Amino acid sequence: MSDLDTFRAEIRAWLDANCPAEMRKPVQDEDDVCWGGRNFVFKSEAQKVWLERCVAKGYTVPDWPQAYGGAGLTAPQAKIWREELARIGARPPLSSFGIWMLGPALLKFGTEDQKVHYLGHIARGEIRWCQGYSEPGSGSDLVSLQTFGEDRGDHWVVNGQKIWTSYADKADWIFCLVRTDKANKYQGISFLLFDMTTPGVTTKPIKLISGNSPFCETFFDNVVVPKHQIVGELNRGWDVAKYLLGHEREMISGAGGGERLNAIGAVVQRHGGIDNPVLRAELAQFDIDALAYAAMGEKFLDEAKVGRAHPAQPNMMKYAGTELNKRRHELLMAAGGSTALEWDSPATRGGAAARGWLRTKANSIEGGTSEVMLNVVAKRILDLPGA
Amino acid sequence: MPLYHTEDQAMLAETVTGFIADEGAIKTQLRRLRDSGDSAGYDPALWAQFAEMGLTGILVSEADGGLGLGHVEAGIVLREIGRNLTPSPFLSTAVVGATALGAASDDLKGRYLPGVIAGKQVLALAIDEGAKHRPERIGLRAERAGNGFRLTGAKQFVVHGATADALIVAARTAGSDSDDDGVTLFAVPRDAAGIGHNAVRLVDSAIASHVTFDGVDVDGGAVIGEVDGGRALLNQVLAAGRIGAAAELTGVGIGAFARTTDYLKTRKQFGKLIGEFQALQHRAAHLYAELEIADAAVIKAQQLLDGGSSQADLMVSVAKAKASRATNLAVREGVQMHGGVGMTDEFDIGLFMKRDRALAEFLGDASYHADRVATLSGY
Repeated sequence: MSDLDTFRAEIRAWLDANCPAEMRKPVQDEDDVCWGGRNFVFKSEAQKVWLERCVAKGYTVPDWPQAYGGAGLTAPQAKIWREELARIGARPPLSSFGIWMLGPALLKFGTEDQKVHYLGHIARGEIRWCQGYSEPGSGSDLVSLQTFGEDRGDHWVVNGQKIWTSYADKADWIFCLVRTDKANKYQGISFLLFDMTTPGVTTKPIKLISGNSPFCETFFDNVVVPKHQIVGELNRGWDVAKYLLGHEREMISGAGGGERLNAIGAVVQRHGGIDNPVLRAELAQFDIDALAYAAMGEKFLDEAKVGRAHPAQPNMMKYAGTELNKRRHELLMAAGGSTALEWDSPATRGGAAARGWLRTKANSIEGGTSEVMLNVVAKRILDLPGA
Repeated sequence: MPLYHTEDQAMLAETVTGFIADEGAIKTQLRRLRDSGDSAGYDPALWAQFAEMGLTGILVSEADGGLGLGHVEAGIVLREIGRNLTPSPFLSTAVVGATALGAASDDLKGRYLPGVIAGKQVLALAIDEGAKHRPERIGLRAERAGNGFRLTGAKQFVVHGATADALIVAARTAGSDSDDDGVTLFAVPRDAAGIGHNAVRLVDSAIASHVTFDGVDVDGGAVIGEVDGGRALLNQVLAAGRIGAAAELTGVGIGAFARTTDYLKTRKQFGKLIGEFQALQHRAAHLYAELEIADAAVIKAQQLLDGGSSQADLMVSVAKAKASRATNLAVREGVQMHGGVGMTDEFDIGLFMKRDRALAEFLGDASYHADRVATLSGY
């Protein structure tokens, strides 16, 4: 047996012994996801146990260094970990913007102290993070942001407003883009970290077309942020922001695995059947695109790990993955018929299908719209003129 | 296994890319053959060069004198054939034919494989019996006669059929047309008594035959694999041909796309390069995504096939369908974005459109494979 075969056998045995049966079922909705954080209430003992066991082994962030709470797995080992989780249908033990977005940025731009401190909290699921990027006047044109941090010697005093802050009302800390130089557009932004319980921080959930409120408005009124809570250099936060956006787009693209990569025809067939040849054809076309996109996700991750992926490739992935996911939910609604229209009946788990369908409409807007993604691909990958 | 080429595969790709760009270019191969009215559909001298490079035996086992490589490697060659629109018997011979003969008796291998490896012989697949690919129904009869069989029926879309040394023929030895069992594969010499060829030029300038079998006698040694039990082997042969065609399609798509983005960067209208218009930028970027995704599906299917995975069959159909759709978009957008010159014979982009159409049809179009994906997935 090769070393990797041995490793796979070890992972398989560990999962057999340690992954509770309840955690081997797909998550039903966002309520089922383990987000961690100071105020997180575990939905079941199994969810808690599964997180604790993974934390002990560093498996919440398998490819981070052990010093920062990871398991220090190599790229091929991490791939085996993902494959073995998928094989038994196991849920990720922990989902968080800390893992997907802030973590990679800290690994690249953070000081050693910041890595040990913040990454450890993320890996153990102790701190839940939110992202302060968009502002009411700064959506696609993010760099025009106005939230300002005034220099007061050993700290900044931050004033302004963010919008579309995912789960700001549930988060413990925020990573936030703050203007620290009004004269410089790109080189006048700093990347700050601060506690959401700091005096002057308030949040207000925004009710969406899904009836749910995953996003908030976030207000800063004279919020004091100590100087050591900056990531990267003063006024160079845009570099950190862009790097993080690459990871955010990768996350939203669904390339890393999970239900967004799955075919759906067979699922629809099992739940109610397909009695219309046109619907069957549409499902088949979708499944082809979904399975091909799953291969793209795998290829992208493999190439990214060895530095072969084009640095702008996450933009393409984000575009393709989110458009695909919107199509998935359009088809699931069509297949579900009038049952899928029910908004709050217990039989539909409170209109989960309809709310999920509406939620996906944000996929191609959040983290950079499809149109912005296409702009970036045209400019940075295709090198088209004037783009 | 990571979804990119190993070092050895990357080296092969580098060699093959240079070789086919130099020797298989559109001007010196496709246009020259087409404009001279050639009747073979490929250049035998180039086929001999493929042999010198070792490419003809790429899928033939080392025991049989080949390189013993896999579909990833064969796909590397086919992608470059596609990118350069090189007329070549590589797909029908070195991929489809070699896969079939891999299951043949030593005697039958001895009749053809050395010639194939030497670049002196060519093989063709005779499977379709109507205008659409429907291998689930096989009506051409092979009845026992003496020590062998007598073949009666007709095949069409037999690419390279009129010049091939042997045809790989799927025939019915028992049961009715739609039965899974009762299928047998034969290697039939092109000029066997009773065979009739009506060679026709296709839209992409390839030459394909309508072949009639009017009581064609072959000896028992012409059987490839098991009598009546040839369906599994046929599926294996079709999988090889389909993933090969998908790889070639990705090459066609990449070639068309490269010409199109070049054109966007050089053509001026309204005082600026047309590639500055966002409407065209977005369509080009969307097309890039589709081609990348098709490429990923193809290498995934190749690896699954080489690894003997039970998922390979499904992924081959996904790859063939996805590559067909993506490349079809590439050639349609290519002609449109070229504007008027895209309609001229002088520009190459139209040649890509023609090749895409023929390859998409070969061994099942996108609709065929979508239906197959649904069936294999249980709906």
